[in-house]
Amino acid sequence: MAAIEKYDLIVVGAGPAGSAAALVAARAGLKVIIFERGEFPGSKNMFGGVLFGHEINELIPNYWETAPVERALIEERYFLVSGNSATTIAMRTKDFAEPPYNGFSVLRARFDKWFADQAVEAGALLVCETLVESLIMDHGKCVGVKTGRADGDVYADCVIVAEGANSLLTRDAGIHAEWKTNEVGVGVKELIKMPKDVLENRFNLTGQEGVSMRILGLTKGMTGGVFLYTNKETVSLGFVAMIEDLAARGFKPNDLMEEIKSNPMIAPFIEGGSTVEYTAHMVPEQGYKSVPRLVHDGLLIAGDAAMISNLLTGEGANLAVTTGRLAGEAVVAAKAAGDYSALGLYSYQNALDASYVMKDLKQFKGFAGYLHGNPDLMDLYPQLANEFLKGLLTADGTPRGAKAKALLAEVKKKKSLFGIAKDLWRGWRVIK
Amino acid sequence: MKLEDKLFQDRYIVDEEHPHLKIKDPAACLNCEAKQCTQICPSEVYTWEEDHIDVAYGDCLECGTCRVACAEFNNIEWRYPRGGFGVMFKFG
Ligand SMILES: Cc1cc2nc3c(=O)[nH]c(=O)nc-3n(C[C@H](O)[C@H](O)[C@H](O)COP(=O)(O)OP(=O)(O)OC[C@H]3O[C@@H](n4cnc5c(N)ncnc54)[C@H](O)[C@@H]3O)c2cc1C
Ligand code: SF4
Ligand code: SF4
Repeated sequence: MAAIEKYDLIVVGAGPAGSAAALVAARAGLKVIIFERGEFPGSKNMFGGVLFGHEINELIPNYWETAPVERALIEERYFLVSGNSATTIAMRTKDFAEPPYNGFSVLRARFDKWFADQAVEAGALLVCETLVESLIMDHGKCVGVKTGRADGDVYADCVIVAEGANSLLTRDAGIHAEWKTNEVGVGVKELIKMPKDVLENRFNLTGQEGVSMRILGLTKGMTGGVFLYTNKETVSLGFVAMIEDLAARGFKPNDLMEEIKSNPMIAPFIEGGSTVEYTAHMVPEQGYKSVPRLVHDGLLIAGDAAMISNLLTGEGANLAVTTGRLAGEAVVAAKAAGDYSALGLYSYQNALDASYVMKDLKQFKGFAGYLHGNPDLMDLYPQLANEFLKGLLTADGTPRGAKAKALLAEVKKKKSLFGIAKDLWRGWRVIK
Repeated sequence: MKLEDKLFQDRYIVDEEHPHLKIKDPAACLNCEAKQCTQICPSEVYTWEEDHIDVAYGDCLECGTCRVACAEFNNIEWRYPRGGFGVMFKFG
């Protein structure tokens, strides 16, 4: 790699944010180079996961025709587990099984590779197995990156850092401090393989349909939760937990994973399956409160590195596509104006602020703190729901009116109605 | 299912010459009561061996949790493996 070669744009990281940024910039004719530390894009990445398709469809219309998607998710199932019981709240619609679809389960090692290939087809140069070790700064302006290769300094008018949540480059550049234990969480997942027909029968699916499950009650009140997604021939089962909570409760992540798998309400979903991969990844937890300054001279930050992700809705990858795209578009505008200063690149911040991404992030900014301050939500509430409903449904000769009263008294012993009302009210306040 | 059986499913290219995880000051660990690193790592890379922490960096999934969790002592030197090394997710 010749050290003197100069690009319009360097993108660090070929995840959803980086590839989206590279794609729009390359389409506009800019000279773009992407560095990815993995053997191929996606080889370091994991998520739940559902890819909500709206954003990607805007960039690549009818993406599902070529992208390696697993199943079109037609059902969102909330599963409140305690002991031997579970209460399910589910919404299923066949409308999500039709174009433009709402979202697909995907496996990142396949999907990210495909998405980066779209940027390459648009003209971007992708260099894998290459770690960017630091940003090259000149009088406060970012002018390039230092890579781990021999002669590895590469220069550009602008750099977009899309390095993900475990963001060392921006930390080392002093853009944010080391993440605190309540700002980030860890996600741990097992990919469990089973025959296609078994999986489809188990989840009541036909063809390409899939289910996503959010499971509450199995993380001992930690801020986070358990997820299950159906893929073609595998199930993604895992959990996310705030690092502070995990540390305070003293669990080993793998022990918790085993406990979840052997729970009587969960085990039937994975019975007979075999684990084919075990993965972990950092995840932003605090949202808005952790977002660092995103626009600098010659430098923009996009995706999880910008801490833009939504704990409540489980969105992240689609937001990364949007922030990457907006960052790429800002660089295109900066090139046209010949101004790569923070001022020249500020259209990125303006576009973010005007988009649903920042609006949602602001709206939900108190959510992680709310969950963290109310461990009952993740633990006691599923239990109360199960006990109340189980009691009500039990036919044992007691008049139902008297029974409801007695059950409510039981609930009150564990949590006062005022306490419940207060939790609900506070919950409403943080998201309204 | 045992952790080692899970990790056996994962694909790694271990960089034998350059460990990407290091304890900055092994002596500081003696004063660390919680020893979070030995508990919080999904692949149990860290173990306490009588008087020091052993780091089986070859099993690392590169999540960064240990570094953030060792907040009190900030005693883990954490870098990404060199390009092309480390864990390689087949599915992700
Ligand atoms: C357990 C879990 C479940 C999740 N579930 C969902 C879900 O269901 N739906 C959803 O939408 N989101 C989900 N998310 C969030 C989602 O994964 C992220 O929001 C998304 O991956 C962010 O994309 P990104 O491009 O910003 O970063 P990443 O996907 O992390 O990509 C960063 C890329 O940069 C590369 N890189 C990093 N540093 C360097 C460097 N120095 N040099 C070269 N390359 C580098 C990495 O190898 C990687 O390819 C989940 C996350 C986790 C952890
Ligand atoms: S948590 Fe940090 S200081 Fe404590 S034992 Fe582990 S590495 Fe040492
Ligand atoms: S980065 Fe994650 S997997 Fe690697 S040693 Fe630290 S906690 Fe363990």
